[in-house]
Amino acid sequence: MKTGLGATMVRAGRRLLSSLPALFGVLVFTFLLMRVLPGDPAVFFASGPNAGKEEIELIRKQMGLDKSVPEQLVFYLSDIGRGNLGRSMMTGQPVLKDLRERLPASLELTFTALLIALIAAVPLGVVAALRPGSAVDHGVRLFCALGVCVPTFVSGLLLIYVFYYLLGLAPDPTGRIDVFTSLPPSRTGFLSIDFLLAGDFEGWWAACKQLILPAVSMALFVIAPLARITRASMLVSLGSDFVRTARSVGLSWHKVVVTYALRNAILPVITIAGIVFSTMLGANVLVEKVFSWPGVASYALDALLSSDYAPVQGFVLLMAGIFVLVNLIVDVCYGIADPRVSIE
Amino acid sequence: MSEDLLEINDLQVAFTTRRGVVEAVRGITLTVAKGEMLGLVGESGSGKSVTGFATTRLLDAAGRVTGGKILFRGQDVTKLRGDDLRQLQGAAMSMIFQNPRAALNPIRAIGLQIADAILTHKKISKDAARAEALELLRAVQIRDPEARMNAYPHELSGGMCQRVMIAIAISCNPALLIADEPTTGLDVTTQKVVMDLLAEIAAARGMATILITHDLGLAARYCRRIAVMERGRIVEEASPKILFTAPQHAYTKRLVAASPTATSRIEDLVTEEERERTAAVVSKPRPAPAHGTPPLLEVRKLAKRFDQGSAAVADFSMTMAGGESVGLVGESGSGKSTTSRMICRLIDPSEGDIVFDGQSIGHVAARDFHRSRFRKDIQIVFQDPNESLNPRYTAFDCIAHPLMRLDGMRGGDALRKRVEECAERVGLPLDLLPRFPHQLSGGQKARVGIARAIACRPRLLVLDEPTAALDVSVQAVVLQLLDRLRRENDIALLFVSHDLNVVRMLCDRTIVLRNGSIVEQGESRALFDNPKTDYTRKLVEAIPHIETGPALAAAL
Repeated sequence: MKTGLGATMVRAGRRLLSSLPALFGVLVFTFLLMRVLPGDPAVFFASGPNAGKEEIELIRKQMGLDKSVPEQLVFYLSDIGRGNLGRSMMTGQPVLKDLRERLPASLELTFTALLIALIAAVPLGVVAALRPGSAVDHGVRLFCALGVCVPTFVSGLLLIYVFYYLLGLAPDPTGRIDVFTSLPPSRTGFLSIDFLLAGDFEGWWAACKQLILPAVSMALFVIAPLARITRASMLVSLGSDFVRTARSVGLSWHKVVVTYALRNAILPVITIAGIVFSTMLGANVLVEKVFSWPGVASYALDALLSSDYAPVQGFVLLMAGIFVLVNLIVDVCYGIADPRVSIE
Repeated sequence: MSEDLLEINDLQVAFTTRRGVVEAVRGITLTVAKGEMLGLVGESGSGKSVTGFATTRLLDAAGRVTGGKILFRGQDVTKLRGDDLRQLQGAAMSMIFQNPRAALNPIRAIGLQIADAILTHKKISKDAARAEALELLRAVQIRDPEARMNAYPHELSGGMCQRVMIAIAISCNPALLIADEPTTGLDVTTQKVVMDLLAEIAAARGMATILITHDLGLAARYCRRIAVMERGRIVEEASPKILFTAPQHAYTKRLVAASPTATSRIEDLVTEEERERTAAVVSKPRPAPAHGTPPLLEVRKLAKRFDQGSAAVADFSMTMAGGESVGLVGESGSGKSTTSRMICRLIDPSEGDIVFDGQSIGHVAARDFHRSRFRKDIQIVFQDPNESLNPRYTAFDCIAHPLMRLDGMRGGDALRKRVEECAERVGLPLDLLPRFPHQLSGGQKARVGIARAIACRPRLLVLDEPTAALDVSVQAVVLQLLDRLRRENDIALLFVSHDLNVVRMLCDRTIVLRNGSIVEQGESRALFDNPKTDYTRKLVEAIPHIETGPALAAAL
């Protein structure tokens, strides 16, 4: 018999292999979708509205758009195989470089938002489950409903209005850091960590202040699913036979609720948190726009609006890759948290 | 009695449900002396478990003690709060539950779970608690206890889990142990080992025990005094001997009659007034089959291997004549369910052949068998009547469905007549037909399951533990029904069960399975009275017999 961890790793590896065909499918599908969408990038990127036919033809040739779609696909795939995601017409830089610069900003924001959401949602769910049907339970439900109903850009604007305009507590909502702060040497790309590594606590505080509002407005949106799933699985857990056993031997309230009930109830929350994370990373474009956050999602949206194929394709590939990776991490976490998984 | 450890006085418990308040316990009075083992026997819904939960203060939120007192060492348990209560739970009284695997935390090593219980009541170091936990695992006779300390419940068998549960319950040497159906769901042999262990530990440590069970035989084997509960009241309290030889209350009489014993016959299971209704049916002498007729079912060298490679069933052969009843017995994991499912053609055998009525059906894939003309000849009654009925089908739909699929009947009067005829044959009142499963009792659901199976007039009925989830009194009626169907309609029964007493009554022949192969087979009565192999003997001995006569007298 394999040890639990070993078996989990084997399972994770198998899962990774089985996701490769799906990734390839995403690649081809996005490619075709971009060609089908109306809009001619060559016209868009020509020098101006008066550009002549010859100029447009020339750009088209440069971009390889004069070839047939299957040929373009083969070129595209062979480029991907060499690690070349193409060049963005918009920024003039390789897509890979653009993504590498902007991904940490998105990741930092999403991680922080997820952390805030979890810290808020799990206790809320637990409290609601401990007193189902009580005022607390209804309060949590109302809060969750509000969080879902209000779109992120509205809650974002509200937060800016209150904390920046009225109270003046928050800094300008203009990106990751105000222009006058000197940036630390980039090691992780996560500004808050880079500042810490550089020992610049003032900078760290400035970065955190910039981060907090967008993160909170994103978190508000995902607290609901996390809190609801925590409540539901906590209810099941509290009503289970093993919690009754724990109570029958007189374990303390804390031990019953945390060690016995919550640790079992947290398992489905891990799964949902993984899904929520992947969704947030792509869907936070509105928050990035409202707070001028230089992330990948707003980059991809700009590219899409200007028919810039390469960045959009690169972005979708990146998202698909992250989705696979996150699922893998969830799988491993689950395998560690639940000893039953490895023996299926 | 001055030595009373527990004194329950006119206890009343009510549950608040959506349909109003339900009184589960309606004034029971009970005493348990130090070191005594008391049996609390009753059928489902009698309030026996609720009494146990009220005593240990584990009633769920909807349940409330509405009257009476529970005095434990003179202290009223129902009034305890907070820390006083926790000092009682586990330390002074503890409980063992029905489903041992579910009763243990699935993601916590069992050693830690035992240590948790110890650390709650003793101020000792974690290492000392661990050492004590190890000692306890030894005390409950778990093999290789050092290695088992780090095991999780899913890695242990049901019997092992129950031992761990016992270890947790006795970890702080409580004065009172309440065992709620501790061995229901375990194999008979495991059941005996676990109960023996429990009785031994209780005796050695001087613990008083309340054994809550539906099994009168089990209670009689281990308890000196038995209280019988019905609908929230104690109807009779006596020693096992008096209970079995001279039951006073009508309910006790019915319960005693319905509990199968080594010598009982199907007709004995119900009391005389109930018997009148079925007495009219006289057994038709079965005509001897014409010479050269093939047997109804012939199974040749059947084997089934699942993915792991080891055979679940190997080299299984049997024959059955029309109208014959054959029992298939064995412990869990012996392959009896796998065998019955292969014969029903619900799963495919790896090797061997099944010949039904002279035609080979073993090679028709299970997926396609529903198109075979033999599908309606071989029908199955499943173990759990609750789970095997579609919750969105009424009783009528359940019975009508196979008629429409297999007999090609369309809706209308003809179908209605056939369904009503089936319902009548199984004794299901016609006004219940429009009801959904959740509106029916366990026994009624079992009847729907049987009516569905006999709707297409099968020639072979495979029954997979059809009465395991039923109360004994309901079981008695269902068994009678099956026996009558067999005699009236000449249906052959393949009866899969772990309950040897039931098999002995219902089946002409019995096949004993172990680890996927046949250990012994023969005429039922002879096989049970005089088992030839050690394994069969062990099985027979493990049945909690209701001992009558000298054996019991000697024990008292």
